[in-house]
Amino acid sequence: MAATNTIRVRAFAGLRELLGDDVIDVRLEGAARVADLIEALRTKYAQTSPVLEVTRCARNGRIVSMHDELRDGDEVALLPPVGGG
Amino acid sequence: MLAIVREPIDPRALEAAVRTESCGGVVTFLGVVRERSDDGRAVTGLAYEAYDAMALAEFEAIADEARERYGDVRLGIVHRVGELAIGDVAVVVCAASAHRAAAFDACEYAIDALKARAAIWKKEHYADGTAEWRAHCPH
Repeated sequence: MAATNTIRVRAFAGLRELLGDDVIDVRLEGAARVADLIEALRTKYAQTSPVLEVTRCARNGRIVSMHDELRDGDEVALLPPVGGG
Repeated sequence: MLAIVREPIDPRALEAAVRTESCGGVVTFLGVVRERSDDGRAVTGLAYEAYDAMALAEFEAIADEARERYGDVRLGIVHRVGELAIGDVAVVVCAASAHRAAAFDACEYAIDALKARAAIWKKEHYADGTAEWRAHCPH
């Protein structure tokens, strides 16, 4: 049986509002990449899809690409386009 | 001093923390909440949100880059988050150096980089009761 990876997702700004929470746990079956997490979010939370298109991801505080692998217990922050200052 | 704070920012206190007796030029930029959005809508207030750890890491990277570009420059960056009213100071960047040119350059570099890169978000509240998250525009 493939291992299950539980990923803690932190969302900010408009994406947090669309998800309805600032922290959610997502379970991914088997080996998983950032792209798989994004696809799982798109499926479960269709309303986030347009913003996810332009969202960067950080794993444990560092920016990652869609191809990077995720491990059980990772925290992935979803960072929509920034607007400080 | 590099910080994300939830209370009003005191620019004079930041200047005092940044400058030393070797600094002959101190340039301070204040980013202030405006009454109108870039597209002309009447704004009643802003809400800022940050991913503190990543925003602070970006502030540190920006300060390092400013030193590489402009030499011996001391930089302070403080951004406020939470609900802000018109006229409130949202961000203060203070650059201090032996001479003014490096201080002006580093201050401008830092605020431009912060707006484009730091994990901070801004929601505008409008007079008509609506609100919108606004991303960085280069001006």
